Amino acid sequence: MSNNEGVIYRISGPVVTATGIDARMYEVVRVGHEKLMGEVIEIHGDQSVIQVYEDTSGIRPGEPVLSTGQTLSVQLGPGLLTSIYDGIQRPLQTLEEVMGVFITRGVDADGLDLEKKWDFVATASAGDEVVGGQIIGTVQETETITHKIMIPPKVSGKIKSIDSGEFNVTEAVCVLDDGTEIKMMQEWPVRHPRPYTQKYAPDTPLVTGMRILDFLFPLAKGGAAGIPGPFGSGKTVTQQSLAKYSDAQLVVYIGCGERGNEMTEVLDEFPELIDPNTGQPLMNRTVMIANTSNMPVAAREASVYTGITIAEYFRDQGYDVALMADSTSRWAEAMREISSRLEEMPGEEGYPAYLSSRLAEFYERAGRVETLNGDDGSVTVIGAVSPPGGDISEPVSQGTLRIVKVFWGLDAGLARKRHFPAINWLNSYSLYPQSLNQWFRDNIASDFPEVRTEISALLKVEAELQEIVQLVGSDALPIDQQLTLEVARMIREYFLQQNGFDPVDAYSGVEQQYAMAKAILTFQDEAKKAMAAGARLQDVVNVPSRTELMRARFAEGYLENIGGLVDDMVGEITGTVEAN
Amino acid sequence: MTSKEYKTITDIKGPLVFLEKTEPVAYGEIVTIRLSDGSMKNGQVLDTSDDAVIVQVFEGTEAIDRQAGVKFLGDVFKLSVSRDLVGRILDGAGRPRDGGPDIVAEEKADIIGAAINPYSRQSPHDFIQTGVSAIDCCTTLVRGQKLPIFSASGLPHNDIALQIARQAKLKDSDEEFIVVFCAMGITAEEYNFFRTDLERTGALENAVLFVNLADDPAVERLITPRLALTAAEYLAFEHDYHVLVIYTDMTNYCDSLRQIGAAREEVPGRRGYPGYMYTDLAMLYERAGIVKGKKGSITQFPILTMPGDDITHPIPDLSGYITEGQIVISRELHQAGIYPPINVLPSLSRLMGGCIGEKTTRDDHKKVSDQMYAAYAEGRELRGLVAIVGEDALNERDLQLLKFSDIFEDKFLRQDRDEDRTIDETLDLCWSLMSSIDEKYLVRLDRELIDKYGQHTE
Ligand SMILES: Nc1ncnc2c1ncn2[C@@H]1O[C@H](COP(=O)(O)OP(=O)(O)OP(=O)(O)O)[C@@H](O)[C@H]1O
Ligand SMILES: [Mg+2]
Repeated sequence: MSNNEGVIYRISGPVVTATGIDARMYEVVRVGHEKLMGEVIEIHGDQSVIQVYEDTSGIRPGEPVLSTGQTLSVQLGPGLLTSIYDGIQRPLQTLEEVMGVFITRGVDADGLDLEKKWDFVATASAGDEVVGGQIIGTVQETETITHKIMIPPKVSGKIKSIDSGEFNVTEAVCVLDDGTEIKMMQEWPVRHPRPYTQKYAPDTPLVTGMRILDFLFPLAKGGAAGIPGPFGSGKTVTQQSLAKYSDAQLVVYIGCGERGNEMTEVLDEFPELIDPNTGQPLMNRTVMIANTSNMPVAAREASVYTGITIAEYFRDQGYDVALMADSTSRWAEAMREISSRLEEMPGEEGYPAYLSSRLAEFYERAGRVETLNGDDGSVTVIGAVSPPGGDISEPVSQGTLRIVKVFWGLDAGLARKRHFPAINWLNSYSLYPQSLNQWFRDNIASDFPEVRTEISALLKVEAELQEIVQLVGSDALPIDQQLTLEVARMIREYFLQQNGFDPVDAYSGVEQQYAMAKAILTFQDEAKKAMAAGARLQDVVNVPSRTELMRARFAEGYLENIGGLVDDMVGEITGTVEAN
Repeated sequence: MTSKEYKTITDIKGPLVFLEKTEPVAYGEIVTIRLSDGSMKNGQVLDTSDDAVIVQVFEGTEAIDRQAGVKFLGDVFKLSVSRDLVGRILDGAGRPRDGGPDIVAEEKADIIGAAINPYSRQSPHDFIQTGVSAIDCCTTLVRGQKLPIFSASGLPHNDIALQIARQAKLKDSDEEFIVVFCAMGITAEEYNFFRTDLERTGALENAVLFVNLADDPAVERLITPRLALTAAEYLAFEHDYHVLVIYTDMTNYCDSLRQIGAAREEVPGRRGYPGYMYTDLAMLYERAGIVKGKKGSITQFPILTMPGDDITHPIPDLSGYITEGQIVISRELHQAGIYPPINVLPSLSRLMGGCIGEKTTRDDHKKVSDQMYAAYAEGRELRGLVAIVGEDALNERDLQLLKFSDIFEDKFLRQDRDEDRTIDETLDLCWSLMSSIDEKYLVRLDRELIDKYGQHTE
């Protein structure tokens, strides 16, 4: 006979040991008189070790522990969008209603509103044979997103009855021949990836509107990227920009062990901001998870799993989902904290030996897939990494870099110069260009990859020249190299720099990016021509129309105006020959 | 409640006492320890089980022996809070230090403090004018922000903190802050400096001081800031005050944390500091902010000294990862005789963007600040080059920037300890200093602003 009630034997911070309970690994248990939620993470003989998702102060040995038979799961269904949850999917709004502005403990809350009625439109009919993943109806959840109601994975059969109409998420909208009721809500254990038919190689970029990313280091839909950087270098601003402007259909934003105010900012801003891709408020396509640095660490550990499971669920509906996790280092530290309470043998820098495999498993849940219903969906994962002292030789950065194909390295030196985004163009990389080149050729310009190569080559040459300049000063360089320095400066100041807070400059479409890159190359060509004909470098560089060309990107309609501005610049540069 | 006294201590190690055969003891419970000479010490439960209990002793374990009597008080650590805290000086464990009466509690508040629900927060956006140009222009302080000073030993961080405490106000308003001052392991001399200054300006009457000095128990430092923040929360959220919490020195706090970790034989993180130091610090720093439906606010101004002037040391590093920016004090500028020696380049205020501009400070603030930064950054970098190749190798643009970096330090940074510049004065000063650079090199300013404020004489 199995026993579902035991007692607390020991309490050490977020880790509680119970005896007398027959629990399974990763089973959810209720701890103490206040029934705090916890999860079994280790079993030794009669002792079950539990990580508790709420503060354990004041709890005593001898208090009861109850097993629930459930593993840590999320509720999936209409009502996810526009929500903000803590790490274990409790809606923060509900917590406020119950507890007030401070988060106390011992309160349960459903992830979805179980009462709310949704307008379910059946798309399958009685008599249809259905299998897991198949779509049987839809709910218009927000103006942007049609929520597709699916048969849960592993369920199949023939539909006996199905009805359109107003339902809440726990009412049966469909019944199968064997009596199985299908509800709009399904539950899924967060630590298990949701199934799909097969993974595809990514071939479409996730367009972000950030020039340095799309143009030099593109990320594919279904890909994974890591953004390491010291504090204050721009990880959060970059992640938020991606959440705002990237052309994913849905965004899951996880604030994992970071600042409360940053989440508040998103909450304030997103309902007001308009998604450039749909014209609707950004909030309509967003699910947020906020387990800030001062909220319980065990729930922080769970938060990334909660987030990615929600992302997979929308992927299964055929959507392109982007997930941002800020910061994966705080997640890793939560693992370290729990692991050290378990007195596990530590690996590098005190992290548990399984750190890299957990990182790999997490990023593996990204991908572009053929869903169970034959559709095409993707989860793109972008993880911020916060290396101590900004030194990426540490285990979390290294574990991440071994898996992700895109590395956007933020640089304290650039941030200090207010060069934003402070992504270092010399050490960042993307392994996707080969698979994405065709898309850029077909959709933007046939010579797009070549223009990119030319721009990055100029930046590399600049870096070499700068070393010489450091020794002898720029005036000592031959005049053609001085021109190269000016061109590279233009790339940096006009193209790479992008103000994440400027209402216009924050988003640059790929066509505009291409036009700007071409404008720089035009400047280079015209300057060379003019100088060959006797113009002075200084005059060429200082033509007012070039400054205008650069400044005008902060005004609306830049893509339409850029051609004219380039023509003006060409005219003035030609003029510098005569002036001499 | 009279609780049972146990004489079952088995081990004593560093600041920790281990005992066995107790009734069930709560995690975090408060403990008193009676020594054989009758003196008392206080502690808190760090680990509890049927078999053994670990207690961290705030005053250190000196003179405790296995005969000492241990009582568990049945509750976690609480502070008696009341409006009467204002004007009082308490020690690092919350007992009166000014000879005054005990605080009569209006309420007893758990000092660990619950996390503010992110959904219930309100974004800070009120500009605080500190009167210090470097801060107001470049690393603007916002009401409800946590903005630490990263300093190092021998630098005038205390003067800067006090100048800010004295001058800080909302633009065009006389609304004042209540100062909650929290000393952790600082010297008596430093403490007197603060106290005297607060007294001199009359601010002491509107302040609460929690004081743990260098010769006070080191482990007590782990609760001192929690007491201070509990008082701050009470005053801000129950009595509508705008509270400015100054705490110094976070480095001593972190060292106490390390001491406990070592005594527990925990696997250390970097440089021997515990792996959970990030979380622990966050539980302090995140207690800043504004919440919906409450009038008050908590602004935090922690001071820390960077060991070895090293900003990558875990203390400044983990702090920087939590706070909303930092103000970095530079030894180089201090040695050059510049006060306040704020190095604006590594300094940052993350909340600045949302609180400056036409409606709050001035329409040119953002762009001016960007341009000042950029020009100063480049100018300073050129100094290194000039040291090698001389000024002759510089082109006209570089020469101007090089000169500007000196002007910036001498005219913009430098100000008197009681010089209180308004934000308009600060921004006007920026324009006048930037006129030494040709307009065409000021690429971060746009045409309209140059026409409106520019002081270039063509
Ligand atoms: N793209 C950008 N445009 C303009 N400013 C930026 C940009 N990126 C970063 N910044 C500036 O840098 C500051 C810090 O950025 P951010 O908060 O993203 O850093 P972070 O890397 O997330 O730091 P932490 O690890 O401490 O959270 C911002 O407040 C902003 O002032
Ligand atoms: Mg961040």
